[in-house]
Amino acid sequence: MFGYLILTILVFTLVAYFVGQTAGRSFALADRQTHSLPGYHGAFVAVWVGIPALVLALLWVALQQPVIDRLVIGSLPGALTSGATPAQLSLILSEIKNVAAGQIFAEPSPDVKAAADLYVRWQDIARWAMFAAAVALMLLALVIARSKLAPRFRARTGVERFITGMIIFCSVVAILTTVGIIASLVYESLEFFRRVPLHEFVFGTRWEPQMAIREDQVAGAGAFGVIPVFTGTLLIASIAMLVAVPIGLFTAIYLVEYANENVRRVVKPVLEVLAGIPSVVYGFFAVLTVAPAVRAAGGAIGIVMSPNSALVAGGVMGIMIIPFISSLSDDALKAVPRTMRDGSLAMGATRAETMIKVLLPAAIPGIMGGVLLGLSRAIGETMIVVMAAGLIATLTFNPLDSVTTVTVQIVTMLVGDTAFDSPKTLAAFALGLMLFLVTLTLNVIALRIVQKFREQYD
Amino acid sequence: MNVMQQATTSPIEIRTPKMPAMEGRAVSVFYGQKQALYDVSLAIERNQVTSLIGPSGCGKSTFLRCLNRMNDTIDICRVTGEIRLDDEDIYNRDIDVVELRARVGMVFQKPNPFPKSIYENVAYGPRIHGLTRSKIELDEIVTSSLRRAGLFDEVKDRLNEPGTGLSGGQQQRLCIARAIATRPEVLLMDEPCSALDPIATAVIEELIDELRENFTIVIVTHSMQQAARVSQKTAFFHLGKLIEEGHTSDLFTNPKNKQTQDYITGRIG
Amino acid sequence: MALADTNSVITDRAASAGLRRRRYAADLRLRIYGIAAITVAIGMLAVLLGTLIVGGAQAFVQTHIRVTFPVSAEWVKADDPAAGNWRNVVRDGLAQVFPDLSAAEQREVVKVLTNNAQFFVRDAVLANPSVIGSTITLDIPAADPYDQLNKGVITRDTAEENRRLNDQEIQWFDTLVERGLVSKPFNWGLIFNSNSRFPELAGLKGAIVGSFYALLVCFLVSFPIGIGAAVYLEEFAPKNRWTALIEVNINNLAAVPSIIFGLLGLALLIQTFGLPRSAPIVGGLVLALMTLPTIIIVTRNALKSVPPSIREAAFGMGASKHQMIMHHVLPLALPGILTGTIIGLAHALGETAPLLLIGMNAFITSEPGGVMDAATALPTQIYIWADSPERGFVARTSAGILVLLAFLIIMNGVAIFLRQRLERRW
Ligand SMILES: Nc1ncnc2c1ncn2[C@@H]1O[C@H](COP(=O)(O)OP(=O)(O)OP(=O)(O)O)[C@@H](O)[C@H]1O
Ligand SMILES: [Mg+2]
Repeated sequence: MFGYLILTILVFTLVAYFVGQTAGRSFALADRQTHSLPGYHGAFVAVWVGIPALVLALLWVALQQPVIDRLVIGSLPGALTSGATPAQLSLILSEIKNVAAGQIFAEPSPDVKAAADLYVRWQDIARWAMFAAAVALMLLALVIARSKLAPRFRARTGVERFITGMIIFCSVVAILTTVGIIASLVYESLEFFRRVPLHEFVFGTRWEPQMAIREDQVAGAGAFGVIPVFTGTLLIASIAMLVAVPIGLFTAIYLVEYANENVRRVVKPVLEVLAGIPSVVYGFFAVLTVAPAVRAAGGAIGIVMSPNSALVAGGVMGIMIIPFISSLSDDALKAVPRTMRDGSLAMGATRAETMIKVLLPAAIPGIMGGVLLGLSRAIGETMIVVMAAGLIATLTFNPLDSVTTVTVQIVTMLVGDTAFDSPKTLAAFALGLMLFLVTLTLNVIALRIVQKFREQYD
Repeated sequence: MNVMQQATTSPIEIRTPKMPAMEGRAVSVFYGQKQALYDVSLAIERNQVTSLIGPSGCGKSTFLRCLNRMNDTIDICRVTGEIRLDDEDIYNRDIDVVELRARVGMVFQKPNPFPKSIYENVAYGPRIHGLTRSKIELDEIVTSSLRRAGLFDEVKDRLNEPGTGLSGGQQQRLCIARAIATRPEVLLMDEPCSALDPIATAVIEELIDELRENFTIVIVTHSMQQAARVSQKTAFFHLGKLIEEGHTSDLFTNPKNKQTQDYITGRIG
Repeated sequence: MALADTNSVITDRAASAGLRRRRYAADLRLRIYGIAAITVAIGMLAVLLGTLIVGGAQAFVQTHIRVTFPVSAEWVKADDPAAGNWRNVVRDGLAQVFPDLSAAEQREVVKVLTNNAQFFVRDAVLANPSVIGSTITLDIPAADPYDQLNKGVITRDTAEENRRLNDQEIQWFDTLVERGLVSKPFNWGLIFNSNSRFPELAGLKGAIVGSFYALLVCFLVSFPIGIGAAVYLEEFAPKNRWTALIEVNINNLAAVPSIIFGLLGLALLIQTFGLPRSAPIVGGLVLALMTLPTIIIVTRNALKSVPPSIREAAFGMGASKHQMIMHHVLPLALPGILTGTIIGLAHALGETAPLLLIGMNAFITSEPGGVMDAATALPTQIYIWADSPERGFVARTSAGILVLLAFLIIMNGVAIFLRQRLERRW
């Protein structure tokens, strides 16, 4: 039904367009001083016919179900509904719906049967009413919009105003996304903190979410302390930065100061390829190639390490972040005005001295911004750690041990069945909220620094 | 020719046959806090060429851009006073700038053809303003506009090649053709020859003189010779003020104001 | 500063030369660090691609075994062939190759072929029912252990108890090889089969189709909205607190970890709006929200690069602002916008984490028929295979990654082509 309605609206909109366009043409024929081209007259009428009807249809579809549900519940005899909890009511309702849909498992009570009949009838009425309302609205809009058209009528302005409205809506989507993220994270987290006190989450040193699935286990028995997860994340992210920052920075320095055009032409695309490889690929690489190699190397010199050590996950993550650091450092170094560099070289400084003492200090804010963005990436990176890091939260700073991270925990707690009432599921959202806040802070600071830096040299 | 007919048959025209095409009254312009024009009042006579001269930064372009509200495109720009086209204040709220600019066309200092074919460049205005009903009419307008801009013979075999591929002088004439294709009443030109060599300049100057027959023209120029050659009326601006205006021949031979005299003899500017 | 020192301290030429030598040594050191860093980066890329290619190459071929199956009317009724006892047909086929095996051995030798061999035979016969009563010769994929043996992954020198195939089984396989029944053609199944529990049959079709649907949704949502938002912010928005907030918000959104978008999809799209789990529409919407900031940012940059003279020209002609944008600015900016969009989509194609959270890592053995069907995507399929214990999936994972990388290379190639061919430099 809804599909047909949309089709009808489309047809009406097209018709409206032609009505408007024809009117516009006739104005143009009679008098050349018309304000708008015929096409705009058409679009004006089409917008007024199509959009309100579309909005109406969407709203109707969204609201129809709850309204009918309430009507059906209201029609039930008081004996059935009085004193029933919402859960029981919804059970009755779904029974009614099943009966209405013809899925009868046991002989329903006469009340339910009657209600089911009512439900079917109302659903029918609602459907036809929606159709009739939409068509009526469109006809009305067609008449009104058509009557507005005149040679001096500013159809173009009207259409353009509508387009402006649409694109304003488009830019609000970005805001809505953020609002949606915050709302869903906060909502589920509040639910979580109702079961596990906030201070336990923040200061607890034991993270054993598996324990809390069982009904008889009281959630919040100290099993949701986020500290070991957090330190694990930090450990892996730090290892990643230890790999990425020197390599990325030296790469950028070499490319900016020493490399000739040919070298740059080879190295830049290589770095871009490195940046374009999906993280799941790095994860597989870590598990399949790097971990055995590192373990073998460790074994050769007598170091025993865990099969999914922080070192491997962090190291591979570092490789992934190299291009990120190098390209941002490259930009920052290049943004330093040429005159500064020339001034230093003209004094007889070597290129290394120019780089270390003039360019690098001047570019430090930009580079710092890049490093912070890289760190935020490392903290939020998921696939590498899901595949190569551990599941058990250990409070350790030994890179040879296995640790877990925030993202690993989110994934393991949410993959598979998710019941939205178990603390395990909700804990994932609390972790998500924490991750969001941390990365957001880093991003805001980093973007600020980078922007300030850019302004300085623009 | 439609606009022209309209101009000659409109009741206003009959009432005051000698009324100027455009008239600025006490126009002041501010860029943010900074005032760029002070109380400029200037009439633009119909079917004449009016030239605006003055040292750099004195507000010639600013005044010119007021005449078709191109200043609206600058956020911080604010205009006070009154500018009349026929009998309407063009800064009136219910004036549609788009319609205004169809009536008051503009040619810019640097030739700025659209990166489209020569034909499309000229056809663009008639299309968006709905001036034609058929392809034939459109062809007709494009050809006649190019012809009047003195460009047709040079480009008639390559109307579908990009307009950006022409020489600077040709590009500028293309921009003029493009501007006159919408049949404006007034044509504004901001230093139209400053990017051109002397020969191309001569061609354009000749063109301006021909166009005067059908259009009212306002031209900003840095060349006093050019002002003297092409214009009937000249206005001299200095530091945002209109210092002197009058018949071109009078102003150049017999300036009333000291500053004007200094400028045309090359002592300021 | 070192330079200041040099001026005051140096008295004799030897010392000055020595200092200069040291300064040049420092210069050389910095240069060497740079070269070392680049070597490490390139080396890592080489190792990464090398292991993928070496590991994945063998998944691009698949061991097949040619068997002639007698389709006896006893097992397959001509009037209802689909209901035939195909298991017995397969057994008979192998019994012809190995005629003198005990019943128990016969049950074992069938396992040379993939577990689904019966369905291959059934489908072949259904396509050509005239063979009922006579024989049909087919190349059937070998079961994973035999495939691995054929590819040399399982070696004969391993002690028997550590091998997945015992000596007897290896000997059966050798017999097949001797008779010329074993072939190793290109593994089309890798691309044209859907997922399967059996490595020898598992393919990427479902994942490719799923990724396609998700990217389609992502494109249809993020492209128009992204352009609309960018046009508004770049061309219309007044410079005030609100628009500044939107700007900051977009820049930050571009740096939010992808898994957060997965949480959003799970809580909002699935839990609140009731969209189906594992469906490409949810995956596509989540990816769209992730890609949106990128598209907005590149579109704004493309719009910015259109020179003001074009805008002035359009205004001067009496074009309205909307006309100026629609007729001139957007067409000129389009190549840049498309380039950025394709790169954004390529990123979305490789994105895994948010898809895991919305359940696009389910085990699904047929390709989705639409955006509402449960599906996997290429990267999640790779993740599933990487997690599977069977030996055969290791090579398939590498091969799957190579397929994914091939798609990414194609997309980026198109983007680079667009950038070089169409983008205008002002
Ligand atoms: N967009 C703008 N924002 C701020 N100030 C402006 C802007 N455009 C012009 N101005 C200022 O207004 C004054 C007049 O400028 P205008 O461009 O009108 O001068 P002009 O007489 O055309 O000079 P020129 O002969 O160099 O073209 C100048 O002081 C200039 O700095
Ligand atoms: Mg000027």
